[in-house]
Amino acid sequence: MTQSPTLSRRSAQSDSPLPRKSRQRGADARAGYTFLLPWLLGFIALTVGPMISSLYLSFTNYNLFEPPKWIGLDNYTTLFQDERFLQSVGVTVSYVVFGTPLKLAAALAVAMLLNSKRRGQGFYRSAFYAPSLIGASVSIAIVWKAMFGDAGPVDQGLSFFGINLGGWVGNPAMTMPMFILLTVWQFGAPMVIFLAGLKQIPADLYEAASMDGAGPIRKFFNITWPMLSPVIFFNLLMETIHAFQIFNSAYIISNGEGGPAGSTLFYTLYLYLRGFSDFRMGYASAMAWLLLIVVGILTLIIFRTSKSWVHYSGDAK
Amino acid sequence: MTSTATPTQSLPDAQLAHYNPKSESVTAKRAKSTLFHVVALALTAVVLYPGLWMIASSFKPNAEIGGANTSLWSNNFSFDNFVTAMEGIGGVSTLQFFTNSLVLAIGAVVGTILSASVSAYAFARIKFPGRSVFFGMMIATLLLPFHVVIIPQYIVFQQLGLVDTYVPLLIGKFLAADAFFVFLMVQFMRNLPGELDEAARIDGAGHVRIFTSIMLPLMKPALISTSIFSFIWSWNDFLGPLLYLNTPDKYPLPLALRLFVDQTQSSDYGAMIAMSVLALLPVLIFFLVFQRYIVEGVSTQGLKG
Repeated sequence: MTQSPTLSRRSAQSDSPLPRKSRQRGADARAGYTFLLPWLLGFIALTVGPMISSLYLSFTNYNLFEPPKWIGLDNYTTLFQDERFLQSVGVTVSYVVFGTPLKLAAALAVAMLLNSKRRGQGFYRSAFYAPSLIGASVSIAIVWKAMFGDAGPVDQGLSFFGINLGGWVGNPAMTMPMFILLTVWQFGAPMVIFLAGLKQIPADLYEAASMDGAGPIRKFFNITWPMLSPVIFFNLLMETIHAFQIFNSAYIISNGEGGPAGSTLFYTLYLYLRGFSDFRMGYASAMAWLLLIVVGILTLIIFRTSKSWVHYSGDAK
Repeated sequence: MTSTATPTQSLPDAQLAHYNPKSESVTAKRAKSTLFHVVALALTAVVLYPGLWMIASSFKPNAEIGGANTSLWSNNFSFDNFVTAMEGIGGVSTLQFFTNSLVLAIGAVVGTILSASVSAYAFARIKFPGRSVFFGMMIATLLLPFHVVIIPQYIVFQQLGLVDTYVPLLIGKFLAADAFFVFLMVQFMRNLPGELDEAARIDGAGHVRIFTSIMLPLMKPALISTSIFSFIWSWNDFLGPLLYLNTPDKYPLPLALRLFVDQTQSSDYGAMIAMSVLALLPVLIFFLVFQRYIVEGVSTQGLKG
């Protein structure tokens, strides 16, 4: 094992430096692709290939049992006349638009509260993080459904204060607040990331601001927000993308139907129902590609606008 | 609450006053600290309530879960719900569901560790043409909605006769399809000093040697966070099994739970919640044991929960 490399090194020494370098480069290229092989195979077979074929399928009528039939843009034009589809867009958009900012605001507020050298910080951080780990599980969806059901603890608790809403699960007007509460409850993951970001802000910035007589609000907008903006950007991007893909809780809470009155018909749930209950795979592929395009555009917008509000400090290591 | 407040109070005032030049700030500081703990503890109570309610309900008789009862306490705590839950559903015992979940989760951990570490080594430590392009593509897959690929993947696995097996659920793990873990390991390896490889290279070690005997041992923290997260993600996965598994004796716990909900409806709330608790138990134990790793992993790598 050790002998052959020494030999090759000795023989390499006698060569001029250029071929030796290129030989090394060739060996590295071979090694690089060999090591990359698992990922590369997965990337081609499980990502690129399926993406191309789902793009193709989105222009066809395909039910898994007969060969796909080319129908051009029909799936896409039908989508915009499909009331259930439009409803699923509405449900998902309101979830993303209200849920994500609320969750991030909660995460930032609690991170700022915890960002001090007080006792118990580690405990609080872990306790607040725990829901993020289990929030998307079937178990929690079942618990949520029970808690927000008729005469469940939430209903009972609110009745105590004279608010009689009944069960939230069966009330189309209350299902969205219930899902938003479920996502806000999982503020812990972005909170932990915010907290790590807050710790990077040099304390002397705040001291200098205090000496100049700046109050907490000015300190927040002039120091915390700009210094934290790369982290806010990261959290906003990841949370938005994830919010579009909510599925487990929607499926469990609505028994896989999106009810009551379509108020929990999230985009991915409708996609699943079209593809795997109705076996309209072409139609579902068109939905998948629309989702990809929308998420892609949103990502681009977040990246583009980030130039005006995200500040990267020059001396960051 | 009291235990956290007392240490500050028991300190002699003079000592604190010396520590803090402004005299009024001693009481102000103490008040601020108390306020902090009051707010933080109130928040903890709210955040932990659903979990505590779930655990308390799993020990309560059915009549006390739904009815006019917000309190966590009951005088009729018993293990009855767990006995019912352990019987299983659809002729399959809950132990079988546990075993299935465990097989899938261990498969996921092994596959992810093997494939992600090898691929990450290529990205982090070997210079080869096309590396930065592939790295960019790998990052892009982090942002890719999973639903874009599920339909064609399902069609392929269906044509290969692999539906209702674990192959579709595990093959992605062995092909580093969870780009998050590759990214995590690349970041970790990039922070290891480059002199290590150079020294090994001068001693005549090839990439295989460098990877197995230098990188892998040093990567232990990254391997541990990857194992924890891939275990938990696999344990909680619902969509994959929902798409691919048809026969109940192959179901992992989340799918068994759905079956349980479908078949009993809300007739046996207690058993349903007991089974939810059982399904979460390994995750909770993992969290209690590895919370440092988990929370650190999130704060340094931006890992999702």
